[in-house]
Amino acid sequence: MFAHSCMGANKKTGTAMIYIFIFLLLLPLSAFSSAFPSPATPISTEVDQMYYFIHVLSLGCGLLIVGAFILFAVLYRRKNNSQATATVHHNAWLEWTWSIIPFFIFMFMFAWGWLVYDKMRTPYKNALEIHVYGQMWNWDYVYKNGRKTAEALYVPVNTPVKLIMTSRDVIHSFYVPAFRIKQDVLPNRYTALWFKATRKGLFNIFCTEYCGTGHYSMLSKVHVMSLEDWEKWISTDPYEGLSMVEIGQKVFRGRCTACHQTTTQKMIGPGLAGIFGSVRHFEEQDSLTADENYIRESILNPSVRIVKDFPDQMTPFAGLLQEEEMTGLVEYIKSLKPEK
Amino acid sequence: MKNYLNEKTGLWSWLSTLDHKRIGLLYLFSVLTFFFIGGIFALLLRLELFTVGETIMGPEAYNQIMTLHGVMMVFMVIIPGVPAIFGNFFLPLQIGAKDVAFPRLNLLSWYLLMTGALVAIVSVVTGGVDTGWTFYTPYSIRTDNGTIWVVVGAFIMGFSSILTGLNFIVTVHKLRAPGMGFFKMPLFVWGIYSTAVIQVLATPVLAITLLLLTLERMFGIGIFDPKLGGDPVLFQHFFWFYSHPAVYIMILPAMGIVSELMATFSRNNIFGYKAIAFSSVGIALVSFFVWGHHMFVSGQSDAANFLFSIITMLVGVPTAIKVFNWVSTMYKGSLSFETPFLYALGFIFVFLIGGMTGIVLATLALDVHVHDTYYVVAHFHYVMVGGTLFPLVGAIFYWFPKMFGKMYSELLGRTAFALIFLGFNVTFFPLFFAGTQGMPRRYYDYIKPYETLNQISTVGSWLISAGFLLVLIAIIHSLLKGKKAPDNPWDGRTLEWQTQSPPIHENFEKQPEVTRGPYER
Repeated sequence: MFAHSCMGANKKTGTAMIYIFIFLLLLPLSAFSSAFPSPATPISTEVDQMYYFIHVLSLGCGLLIVGAFILFAVLYRRKNNSQATATVHHNAWLEWTWSIIPFFIFMFMFAWGWLVYDKMRTPYKNALEIHVYGQMWNWDYVYKNGRKTAEALYVPVNTPVKLIMTSRDVIHSFYVPAFRIKQDVLPNRYTALWFKATRKGLFNIFCTEYCGTGHYSMLSKVHVMSLEDWEKWISTDPYEGLSMVEIGQKVFRGRCTACHQTTTQKMIGPGLAGIFGSVRHFEEQDSLTADENYIRESILNPSVRIVKDFPDQMTPFAGLLQEEEMTGLVEYIKSLKPEK
Repeated sequence: MKNYLNEKTGLWSWLSTLDHKRIGLLYLFSVLTFFFIGGIFALLLRLELFTVGETIMGPEAYNQIMTLHGVMMVFMVIIPGVPAIFGNFFLPLQIGAKDVAFPRLNLLSWYLLMTGALVAIVSVVTGGVDTGWTFYTPYSIRTDNGTIWVVVGAFIMGFSSILTGLNFIVTVHKLRAPGMGFFKMPLFVWGIYSTAVIQVLATPVLAITLLLLTLERMFGIGIFDPKLGGDPVLFQHFFWFYSHPAVYIMILPAMGIVSELMATFSRNNIFGYKAIAFSSVGIALVSFFVWGHHMFVSGQSDAANFLFSIITMLVGVPTAIKVFNWVSTMYKGSLSFETPFLYALGFIFVFLIGGMTGIVLATLALDVHVHDTYYVVAHFHYVMVGGTLFPLVGAIFYWFPKMFGKMYSELLGRTAFALIFLGFNVTFFPLFFAGTQGMPRRYYDYIKPYETLNQISTVGSWLISAGFLLVLIAIIHSLLKGKKAPDNPWDGRTLEWQTQSPPIHENFEKQPEVTRGPYER
């Protein structure tokens, strides 16, 4: 019999397998300590507790099952070819037990998951409402008093906030890992999110619904500040006392960094240093020297002229920029010189 | 000795064959080819993610390769994988039949798969597709490149799947050997049968969805595009109504293979035969009512989330039952650790991790945080690769002596397994942590804190590919230099081991009759 010829190797393989399994079981323990971004909302703590509970429980059950098969592998290894085997077909009592116990564990997880989820989805009363717009590939935020910004989502600490979100193009998803919240942002309706940040600081915002080339660079931050600072921020003119170039730089940081760099380095779109005054070659075989009007047109209606070797992917900014911001951007781009 | 391999020769005898075994090998060859191409894509993706910033390619190339990797691995490898290769080859053998019920339809199915695959691959030439394998609207409507080719390709491949499923259902009902009642069928047959039901019922929904998407793109009919008055989330409902059951198209026959391997290499009766059989059917039925768990944060109502969460939890029960039964089959057995059995044990280990993290994802409050992060990427690779590919490779080694009449080298087989198993865990386990820390999926680039985890993962991808290369070497080595295989090298009890290796043209010299259970000794 063929199986007979590798009886010696059987033992070695069995032992090697056991070592591999034990090694792998230790893996999760090593990384457990740093698993989460540290929580910054009350709901985060609840989510984390549930997360640790289910993972420790899973690890326990996993150890039992893997332990059982390692034990069987050792005990019932084929020692000779005529080794007798059990003829147990089934065991109703055992089978019912191991069907019912998982059932109750799963129902428990469902119920707990639902209760916390329900809390997540119940809006705070008198929350500060902020409108959020997603578009390829940046987020911008509009406050009730008309204040607009694309630099960061500024919110006061310890204050309930409601985000009313919609998309200008495809589906995006608004995700703040430190708050443990996420919601898809749709082009044809509003969706909403609630949170109450309990720590001051900057927290990452990611887009988590694939939305094209710049999906990975559709990044933003929640800037949680003290109530006094926030009240000062919301009531001041963002551009007061700034030069044109400084205004342009501010707008650029919120709106343009997902695709453009301020060097000559290409990202999704061209690097902008030295663009002004250079000769641009287009898909339609023609070319022109970039002047103020060309830059203005390229921002407001980018599809009119597509530069060779670049995709026609830029979002048109017509209607999204104030005149002051438009001019600022033009001046800022003019100021960008290639580094020597 | 006459057998199905040498009965006729020449390329045309293969391309026009009606023999289910030869068609099985056609699928084996094509699926393995797709798998190696898809695998190279995966390696490129992992290499790009090795460091922050551009490593080897830009974002457009990355997104296109990511899409191709997904489309190939899902539609051309794991969906046709186990049912079309091993279902074709061993379903008739295991039920003591001469062939499947409709041999010509069977050949047509293979041609449909190849046509669909070719059409999908045309997209690469016409500028690439960057939608991901899920084709979510409205992005897939706006993006101006080869999407339509891939969608039409997937549409055609869907018919291959439907026809194969239909063929298997009829075969199981009509062509069982005398004496083989439903509860005397091997568990692999139960797995294939449950899958076939899903293929026939769910795939048409995908076909309709892809057709609507094509009509929308070509003629501007507003179905999913909000600009035309459509609803993009409707697409997600349609898509997952198929694609969730599709997960079980992949996993159920793979579970069938695991049952065969556990019984044979434990030389034992399978523990809880009926429980395993019914749980396959149970999973198949419940699978139609859980699609919404892909959409917990899509904006669907909280009431829908409540229902989809609780029903999804129910899938866990029959799945857990299967795992307990497999482990119990080892109890008081006579275990021999040849390569196929190692894949079965490896499957149980990774499938446990895949299954348990599935419970995490079904828990609403937890899903909100890890949804669309690398946690999900890790979870589905544990279920898809660990759950489907491990049994598939195990099946190649298990049935290799029967298919080709040659033994393979245990040394090569076991070393390859060790590399694949270790490499797989090193590749995907760190991704659970990346996801928990908030790293979103489908990101061409990531922020610095995620770098270490990504580097571990990339190193794992080299180990796993070394393992798969070794599998290829083992196969070639065995075809060239393998010892002649006996008819029943593993002391298996199911009917395929009662005919010669490799089998003759119509399988059995005389019609087998069945008097006992499939695994009784």
